[in-house]
Amino acid sequence: MKILVCISNVPDTTTKITFSDNDTQFNQNGVQFILNPYDEIALARAIELTDNGAGTVTVIHVGDASAEPTIRKALAIGAHDAVRVNAVPTDAFFVATQIAAYAKDQNFDLILAGRESIDYNGAKVPAMLAEILDIPSVSIIKKLNIEGNMGVVEREIEGGKEVLAIPFPFVAGTAEGVAEWKIPNMRGIMSARTKPLQVLEPIEVQTSSKIVKFETPAPRGQVTLIDAAEPQKLVDLLHAEAKVI
Amino acid sequence: MSVLVYVENAEGKFKKSIFEAVSYAKAIADQLNTSLTAVSIGNVAQDELQKLGNYGAAKILNVNQDALKSFINQAYASVIAEAAEKIAASVVVLSNSFSGKGLAPRIAVKLNAGLVDGAISLPELNDGKFIVKKTAFSNKAFAYVELHADKKVISLTPNSYKIVEAGGQAAIEDFAATVKPTDLTALIKDIVRATDKVSLPDAELVVSAGRGLKGPENWGMVEELANLLGAATACSKPVSDADWRPHSEHVGQTGIAISPNLYIAIGISGAIQHLAGVSSSKVIVVINKDPEAPFFKVADYGIVGDAFEIVPKLIEELKSFKANN
Ligand SMILES: Cc1cc2nc3c(=O)[nH]c(=O)nc-3n(C[C@H](O)[C@H](O)[C@H](O)COP(=O)(O)OP(=O)(O)OC[C@H]3O[C@@H](n4cnc5c(N)ncnc54)[C@H](O)[C@@H]3O)c2cc1C
Ligand SMILES: Nc1ncnc2c1ncn2[C@@H]1O[C@H](COP(=O)(O)O)[C@@H](O)[C@H]1O
Repeated sequence: MKILVCISNVPDTTTKITFSDNDTQFNQNGVQFILNPYDEIALARAIELTDNGAGTVTVIHVGDASAEPTIRKALAIGAHDAVRVNAVPTDAFFVATQIAAYAKDQNFDLILAGRESIDYNGAKVPAMLAEILDIPSVSIIKKLNIEGNMGVVEREIEGGKEVLAIPFPFVAGTAEGVAEWKIPNMRGIMSARTKPLQVLEPIEVQTSSKIVKFETPAPRGQVTLIDAAEPQKLVDLLHAEAKVI
Repeated sequence: MSVLVYVENAEGKFKKSIFEAVSYAKAIADQLNTSLTAVSIGNVAQDELQKLGNYGAAKILNVNQDALKSFINQAYASVIAEAAEKIAASVVVLSNSFSGKGLAPRIAVKLNAGLVDGAISLPELNDGKFIVKKTAFSNKAFAYVELHADKKVISLTPNSYKIVEAGGQAAIEDFAATVKPTDLTALIKDIVRATDKVSLPDAELVVSAGRGLKGPENWGMVEELANLLGAATACSKPVSDADWRPHSEHVGQTGIAISPNLYIAIGISGAIQHLAGVSSSKVIVVINKDPEAPFFKVADYGIVGDAFEIVPKLIEELKSFKANN
């Protein structure tokens, strides 16, 4: 089993988000970047599925050299090798095209990604990648197992779940539940330094979208506190003032 | 030039989020001085389809083929792209539901279109530009995305655009789509859906509880409050991790993101990862015994006190409110 895991490098969850250049750029100053948490569980599941020599796991990232600590972390967690496409992504289509260009003749059985990246929350790259490669895609995967030449996945749907069997190769976007996060051990960290990291130059892509401005939400007003002895007041306010009930 | 909206059905019925998508698509069609066509896939009765006319669909392409009975995103994306080409759509609108998230990127690639996922308001059209607002950084910011391809695909966040009843009639037309066997290799083995409950991503009202509730045996009052309000139930991550509640109820950074009109948080501290999934709720009520709980900082209404005393009282008050209204 040959698995490719797509990894993105995102601001840590607790980051205070600010913008520069007249609110047109995300201000990266002092921001701690991490491996996208969903990609981390995709990677953990890929490693479980290829345990004990049952296969290999390659990670791919589209981004500049500043993401190398994140790529090394993926290697420390247990990926066998890594690929970085050396370009600052312009949009999801750009990323998907670069990954497709690399993956198309590598015969991966399975391509895993996170359900979404926690920066732009697009949930776009995996399905775009699958479309470019003309293979199935499935997302918000909470379980993933191999049965013969099929992957059996559990997908989240509104108010429930759906179980699908999909022939390899396909792309899956993973969510919580698919595996436990793996903390790299000392051996992993040491060996990550010497594992292969291939840097590729991007292919040319016509992009179709661009973020032109950012805005931070208006702060909520001061909280209205209601005495615990008078929940009636809450009901009144929700009805008469907030008009939600 | 025209606008196409994909109308997803749930067992033959359209949900509110679909009427929102149709209303939204109709407004875009008006902006562009063109008409709106809807495409429906699956077995939907004529009177249900006809409802779409009321929200502004002038024409409905009705795809009801055996091969397309169940949702396979690869095949559905092909059908929607084919419909878009048939009517020369310049804009395709979908609801950003779980299925919509799997479809929109595929359709955008097929049509060579620019994509905005999870739009929250109408496009701004100035000097030939087409700019759409969406949330970013897990609800901590908004991004304005300019689409510069000729064709655009937009998925609309549920509960972010108000339904508009236009009062029109739609012409329903059968559409025989091309089905490629290579699009249908995935097999659905099982679907489990709790049909008696309000589904969380679509819910207008949500009652949510956290570790402050101590154990699963205490969720009776949460369910009762939710039932009284016609609300969906949700929970914090540690609660679903401990199997007190199903994972499908977990909201936040690693769970689902929701934007209901009302979010009631009971015994939840308001950690940043939790807020990531709920802070775009229109009204937030927090019930927590700790006055320093961070959740109060982003709440509209708060009650400081013990949930085990407050929630039962609130239930009684709501019962009498319901009786009088
Ligand atoms: C990478 C990552 C991702 C995460 N993703 C998510 C996510 O998606 N969603 C999420 O929810 N969390 C997430 N978390 C966890 C998050 O950081 C918090 O730990 C979690 O939200 C806390 O849950 P809680 O508020 O239910 O519990 P606690 O933090 O334990 O808070 C319980 C609250 O209940 C109150 N309380 C106790 N007893 C009572 C009572 N009798 N009456 C009233 N109030 C009472 C307490 O004052 C306290 O504020 C994530 C964490 C990480 C590191
Ligand atoms: N720059 C990138 N390089 C590699 N993979 C990426 C990149 N951006 C996104 N991905 C993958 O696509 C998933 C969804 O990302 P997004 O479409 O940005 O929400 C992520 O969880 C990653 O697995």
